[in-house]
Amino acid sequence: MAGIEVTTLHKRYPDGTVAVEHVDLSIGDGELFVMLGPSGCGKTTTLRAIAGLERQTSGDIHIGDTLVNDLPPAERDIAMVFQFYALYPHLRTRDNLAFPLRAEGLPKAEVQERVDEAARLMRLGPLLDRRPHRLSGGEQQRVALARALVRRPRAFLMDEPLTNLDAELRADMRTEIKHLQGELGTTMVYVTHDQVEAMSLGHRIAILNKGRVEQIGTPLEVYDRPASLFCAAFIGSPPMNLIEVEVADGKLRSQGGLVLTPPPGLPRDRRLVAGVRPEALEVTEPGAEGSVPARVVSAEWLGDEIIYVVDHGGQREVRVRMAPTVRFAADAPVGLRHTGGPPPVYDVDTEELVA
Amino acid sequence: MAVSVDEAVSAGPGRDHTPSRRRRGGRGRSVLEVALLTVLAVVMLFPVLWMIETSIKENRDVYAIPAKFFDFKVTLDHFKDVFAGSGGGRSALSVSFLNSVVVAGVSTALATVLGVPAAWAYSRFSVKAKKDQLFFILSTRFMPPVVVVIPIFLMYRQLGLIDNKLGLILIYTAFNVPFTIWMMKGFVDEVPAEYEDAAMLDGYTRLQAFWKFTLPLLLPGIAATAVFALIFSWNEFVFAIFLTSSDSVRTAPPAIAGLIGGTTIDWGLVAAASVVFALPVLVFAYLVRKHLVAGVTLGAVRR
Ligand SMILES: Nc1ncnc2c1ncn2[C@@H]1O[C@H](COP(=O)(O)OP(=O)(O)OP(=O)(O)O)[C@@H](O)[C@H]1O
Ligand SMILES: [Mg+2]
Repeated sequence: MAGIEVTTLHKRYPDGTVAVEHVDLSIGDGELFVMLGPSGCGKTTTLRAIAGLERQTSGDIHIGDTLVNDLPPAERDIAMVFQFYALYPHLRTRDNLAFPLRAEGLPKAEVQERVDEAARLMRLGPLLDRRPHRLSGGEQQRVALARALVRRPRAFLMDEPLTNLDAELRADMRTEIKHLQGELGTTMVYVTHDQVEAMSLGHRIAILNKGRVEQIGTPLEVYDRPASLFCAAFIGSPPMNLIEVEVADGKLRSQGGLVLTPPPGLPRDRRLVAGVRPEALEVTEPGAEGSVPARVVSAEWLGDEIIYVVDHGGQREVRVRMAPTVRFAADAPVGLRHTGGPPPVYDVDTEELVA
Repeated sequence: MAVSVDEAVSAGPGRDHTPSRRRRGGRGRSVLEVALLTVLAVVMLFPVLWMIETSIKENRDVYAIPAKFFDFKVTLDHFKDVFAGSGGGRSALSVSFLNSVVVAGVSTALATVLGVPAAWAYSRFSVKAKKDQLFFILSTRFMPPVVVVIPIFLMYRQLGLIDNKLGLILIYTAFNVPFTIWMMKGFVDEVPAEYEDAAMLDGYTRLQAFWKFTLPLLLPGIAATAVFALIFSWNEFVFAIFLTSSDSVRTAPPAIAGLIGGTTIDWGLVAAASVVFALPVLVFAYLVRKHLVAGVTLGAVRR
């Protein structure tokens, strides 16, 4: 087991595409580290560089204490699970699992033992004698995970391993992966574009955008204080309301008159945007204390909660998360007020967190 | 190239007809189709049938007027003449058949051995000016052999490769390698690179990964490609007739052509030799027909 250190990683493909720009990551030993970002932001490229399948243009990669820049993938002692599982199609499950071990030249008995153990961990017993084309997507996924496990590598790299599964199975596998990682204590770098997956899995999350790291932090930090407007719009479902505000009499005031508690250290003379989580707002009866007049535009009943889309005269409609017991009809006149603490505030021009 | 005919035929029915009209239109078309296909089949197959008939007719019947279609005496003498020489021993024709087997077989094997790894490399690696290189490789096939046969003849004379089986093998290989690269690149593109990535992470080198995982998946494609290359080498005539002269080196096509000419032509022998010449290709294509279809439809494989 080992940590992974990525320093000023830069990758430019021969056709000129810059996929990764000066990325720094410091992944601790035994950590479950998630890389999150939209399609094309360079997640796979970073992962493949760590695996040694892609040579970076510049920058260093350490696995443990070893500088691995010039090591071929085989000598980096890591296992990777691909989005397209890449099980060898002509081999039975059993042999798919045994293959990496045979490549290492382990004695037969030990190969057998490790395959059995991995099969037990991933509950593959009845599937051992089937070929990949006779396995369902979820089963193939489990085999792919087991194949990564048998090696007992220093680190796991996972490239969107659950994307091809249906929602229910995905949730199950998520739990399973998290549990397994905790159990084994092996460093894992997990790539996904699904923020729910990232939040529920990661010890820490790195948010990537256009080849750059926008923020690294625990799920809570990332949720509470997104480091940029991009992160603010990316994390959460529905995401933060980005409300243009002005500083007046020691308060933050939106165009519609909504009043927010200001965080300390606000800069002057800049156009500012406050990031307000839907659960930090409240829809009230019209005229309730501290509320501004507003109107319900639409409501989404999600069973355990209701998302109200509310117009309070600002530039944009805001989304409010409410308990399902509080009901307002569409188009009804209501009040809107802020209930949370000071929201993070961003500079409109630099798109960065300022307070 | 039977493939393109199949596709052209099956691509027939339009999609934008109502069901009833389509059925009626379909029947009308199918009558027309059957008629056309019958005509086509007769036109295409008649020479073949005639060749086979001639090869088993006695010489008397070969020249009979009106031509005898059915009521002739069957004889295998012509086939005996193809293989056995007049003074006992092997005939010149049988030697040329053996030469054809050697030349076509070796050149196909060489083209496959050289072309498949090249195709893999072109598919997997980023190569400078890849498109230009591939176009250049293909462009060597644009020229008809007659255009280059004179310069090649001169070069070969310098190198002592005239009237030499090695010379033919080299030129056929040179013609088949580009073809193999182009065909195989398509097949390699279809095999996900992740197999090799996974194998490399599992401790194999890139070459081992190719050999152990990609190559087995390419076998149908290789079979299809090799059959086409084999047929090209087997049938090739222009280079063979210019670059060889002695009976001991000649391949079958010029040898059979050599039977025609002179004062009398033994049409029975010509026909029998042609049948023998056509047979291996047919048999081979038949044996690998599954692979040919698999090769042609590999793109439809589920990923
Ligand atoms: N082999 C390549 N040659 C040229 N450009 C490439 C290559 N591979 C990826 N890219 C480009 O690099 C950028 C990052 O690609 P990458 O595959 O790392 O994205 P990703 O974050 O994994 O996206 P996704 O979520 O869609 O998998 C993209 O703009 C992509 O088009
Ligand atoms: Mg990707």
